[in-house]
Amino acid sequence: MTNFPFLSVLTLLPLVGAISVACIPRAKAELAKIVALIWSLVVLVLSIFMWVAFTVGSPDRFQFHEKYAWIPSWNASFTFAADGIALVMLMLIAVLFPVVILASWHDVDQSKRSAPTYFALLLAFEFTMIGVFAAADVFLFYVFFEIMLIPMYFIIGSFGSGQKQYAAVKFFLYSLVGGLFMLAAVVGLWVIGGHTFEFSALVDAAKTFDQDTARWLFLGFFVAFAIKAPFFPFHTWLPDSGGAAPAGAAALLVGVMDKVGTFGILRYCLPLFPEASRWFAPAAMVLAVVGIIYAALLAVGQNDLKRLVSYTSIAHFGFIGIGIFAFTTQGGTGSVLYMVNHGLATGLLFIVVGMFVARRGSSLVSDFGGAGKMVPALAGVLFFAGLASLALPGTAPFVSEFLVLLGTFSTNKAYAVIATVGIVLAAAYVLWMIQRTTQGTLNPALEDVPAMKKDLSLREKVVVAPLIALLLVLGFYPKPVTDVINPAVEQTLLDVGTQDPGPSAVADGKAGR
Amino acid sequence: MGELKLPEIDYGALAPMLILFGVACVGVLIEVLVPRRARNLVQLVLALLGVVAALTVLVINRNTRIVTVGGAVAIDGPSVFLQGAILVLGVVSLFLIGERQVEQGGAFVAQAAVVVGSDKDAKQVTGQSGLTEVYPLATFALGGMLLFVAANDLLTMFVALEVFSLPLYLLCALARRRRLLSQEAALKYFLLGSYASAFFLFGVAMLYGFAGSVQLGAIHAAVANPQRSPVLLYAGFGLVAIGLLFKSALAPFHVWTPDVYQGAPTPITAFMAACTKVAAFGALLRVLYTAFEGVRWDFQPVLGTVAVLTMFLGAIMAVTQTDMKRLLAYSSIANAGYLMVGVLALNKDGLASTMFYLVAYGFSVVAAFAIISLVRDSDGEATHLSRWAGIGRKSPLLAGIFTFILLTFAGIPLTSGFTAKFAVFGAAIDGGQTWLVIFGVITSMLLAFPYLRVVVLMWLSEPGETTPAVSIPGFLTSAALGLGVIVTVVLGVAPAPLIDLTREASQFVR
Repeated sequence: MTNFPFLSVLTLLPLVGAISVACIPRAKAELAKIVALIWSLVVLVLSIFMWVAFTVGSPDRFQFHEKYAWIPSWNASFTFAADGIALVMLMLIAVLFPVVILASWHDVDQSKRSAPTYFALLLAFEFTMIGVFAAADVFLFYVFFEIMLIPMYFIIGSFGSGQKQYAAVKFFLYSLVGGLFMLAAVVGLWVIGGHTFEFSALVDAAKTFDQDTARWLFLGFFVAFAIKAPFFPFHTWLPDSGGAAPAGAAALLVGVMDKVGTFGILRYCLPLFPEASRWFAPAAMVLAVVGIIYAALLAVGQNDLKRLVSYTSIAHFGFIGIGIFAFTTQGGTGSVLYMVNHGLATGLLFIVVGMFVARRGSSLVSDFGGAGKMVPALAGVLFFAGLASLALPGTAPFVSEFLVLLGTFSTNKAYAVIATVGIVLAAAYVLWMIQRTTQGTLNPALEDVPAMKKDLSLREKVVVAPLIALLLVLGFYPKPVTDVINPAVEQTLLDVGTQDPGPSAVADGKAGR
Repeated sequence: MGELKLPEIDYGALAPMLILFGVACVGVLIEVLVPRRARNLVQLVLALLGVVAALTVLVINRNTRIVTVGGAVAIDGPSVFLQGAILVLGVVSLFLIGERQVEQGGAFVAQAAVVVGSDKDAKQVTGQSGLTEVYPLATFALGGMLLFVAANDLLTMFVALEVFSLPLYLLCALARRRRLLSQEAALKYFLLGSYASAFFLFGVAMLYGFAGSVQLGAIHAAVANPQRSPVLLYAGFGLVAIGLLFKSALAPFHVWTPDVYQGAPTPITAFMAACTKVAAFGALLRVLYTAFEGVRWDFQPVLGTVAVLTMFLGAIMAVTQTDMKRLLAYSSIANAGYLMVGVLALNKDGLASTMFYLVAYGFSVVAAFAIISLVRDSDGEATHLSRWAGIGRKSPLLAGIFTFILLTFAGIPLTSGFTAKFAVFGAAIDGGQTWLVIFGVITSMLLAFPYLRVVVLMWLSEPGETTPAVSIPGFLTSAALGLGVIVTVVLGVAPAPLIDLTREASQFVR
């Protein structure tokens, strides 16, 4: 089974799915939804097989290596390979997409737009997401990095709400600007690195780069990833996009797509430009910490649920950022784990918020109030998602946040301490949001909305159950995931050339929880 | 380079051009001999056959590497490749020129001499059969372009320049509708073009004074070992460059482009954007790479500034446009800037990547103008941007194709625009011109905005009452559009064969 071309098949499956769904006539919306769901479940099943086939503790960091010729004269090829970091992200994608497709079941029923198009776009988006994490060729990575904009652009622009055109264009332009900086860096890397795109060859070649060149190239990549992630001050597109996108798509936007930024920093910036990474690390840490505090403060002040969740995500990306640039195994592992957990927690939060918005027809906090009295189960799920999002012990994000802070504290005490303030603020924005929407006296306007009388339907239960289960399981027993992540992070830190201060406490830390 | 026997003429190597000129002459005769009703079909078939025959001969003789006609014409890798590109793009443009179904009678005026606004003019608009002289004119232009990219001395180059420019001036004036605009465009193009030609010729004279010869090889030798004042060299080079920059639509000699692109009949705009661009850059490449390679350190910064200026002007002006044809005109100016980035790499990859870019861009731009020719109402093409609002709702297929073309222009991966840009940027960094790449990237960001605006307009805006119907393309337009899109996709997804071809072809002879 290990010789099975997992990654290329996994990449192509959703593309074939997208084409098949797009071919379904508009009138047969139900059929399109079912077909889309089936495709995403096939992807999930295949990725579970891949997870099983992945050899933990193998000396090869990259497994499932595949290579097919593409543009020989540029040495660009369809090369796929996954290390532990990519593997967990692929799993996250595979889990989130069927959930989101199911959660978006009725999203386009009321719209004038065509349902098959929507679900085809979702699958096309899955194709680009899997591709970007599975690629082991810088050129291929760049290709996926850019084309993932297109399905998301149309999802936001055609199927969003509110200022959707503005949000879609802003999203596209921000990402494209980042992508073009990266293009310059990719071209430079290709030329200086000896006309190859092969990741491992470039890592070797990068050792001979002179200092200034490497720093400029680092900056090209970093800006692209910082916009995608997004880090302060490149974040302003995310609240607009997250606020305008349909809730399911927004869950994918922050849950999966933004991880490309942090993944890219770990996978490309650090190993390719180790000296530059160390040189820029203080600046990146400052941006990350500012992002944690600033976005958290803004989140407190939001009156729009979807924008609020978007801001919380920016704060969380700050945590991922400090974990990466702390250059410790705990910090790095914590960051990768955070990417997964944040995808699950914020994905759940977005999906639940979407359920509220679909019932109420508004995403404003002030339009709710005491909603828990009408939809207790849904409000309970929101409460759980909120607690997971603020990293309550027992939920998965706690483990990662703790690891990140631990890893950061051992090298950069001041940043860790300031970042801890972010945890307090997280409690503030989440709890206050929950209080204003589901607790307190019942907003009389809610009683006039018939949809608010319906609590969780079976479909919605099926949607939230796996995410809740995963958040709990990974909260108590993260070892299967950390074991996969750890070797890849250690290898990355080896490439960067930094060492953990003192003996690694990761194993003990896990046992202690 | 083979032994030169001066009077000897290799007719095989010249055959493509001779075929085209012969066919063009026959075309002129047909205007006299064939009755009006049958003329259009006969002319179209003849022109297409001529171009295809020329292409066939070219392909058969593709391995010819020779300097012939007393050193006046060089048939080498780049000239064979560029001639082939011009001919293929010429076929696609001829499809558009020959379209008679989208608009009754075609895109061309029935009688160019009819006074604008007169009764006769009103009558010709309603569907009289358009001029058929356009076919021989286009064929002459194509023949001139073939000679232009193969010219090995500056005088031949000048003659070729005039041979392909004069028919283009005429063709620009032949729009069926908005004739004043069309005539104004033609006059502007003609006047400015004449100035540019005059500069070119003056420069040739100076270079003759410097080198004692107008042959590129002799100039190269003189540059390496100068016998006379370098003032003559620099002045001559500058003047020759002005002539070439004008034809390539590089700033600050680009000002004619938007007016001419807007005023000319759309098939001719496509023809110019695709074929003329190949020809102009082909000649520019040859002149810079073979004659003036020795003074590269002197002209690289100057022409680099020209490239940066071109990219910025094209990108910024494109943002402000409200007319689709003008928008594409500024976009083509910016693209000329990117091409210049490739040219200025001044290495083998620079030559190969520029040739790749020319082909890639040519096909996309023909497809873009083919679509513009389809979006029309009773007054002809609806080129104002506001008229395109919500077109995605009315005809999703066409809007989808146009979106794809715009993404190509924006350089999104998996389109030919991306591979082409990547190729020229890579070559430029290899050639030590990193600063050009940085400006290229910055302007690409700016340029994405106007394209995206059109996409938003087509898909996300509600259709207005004035949103025009999209005509059903005739067979010829469909063929041009289909070819343009297929090539754009193929060069984006699997560019390797063409890249290899350009690399094999990237060796000039002197």
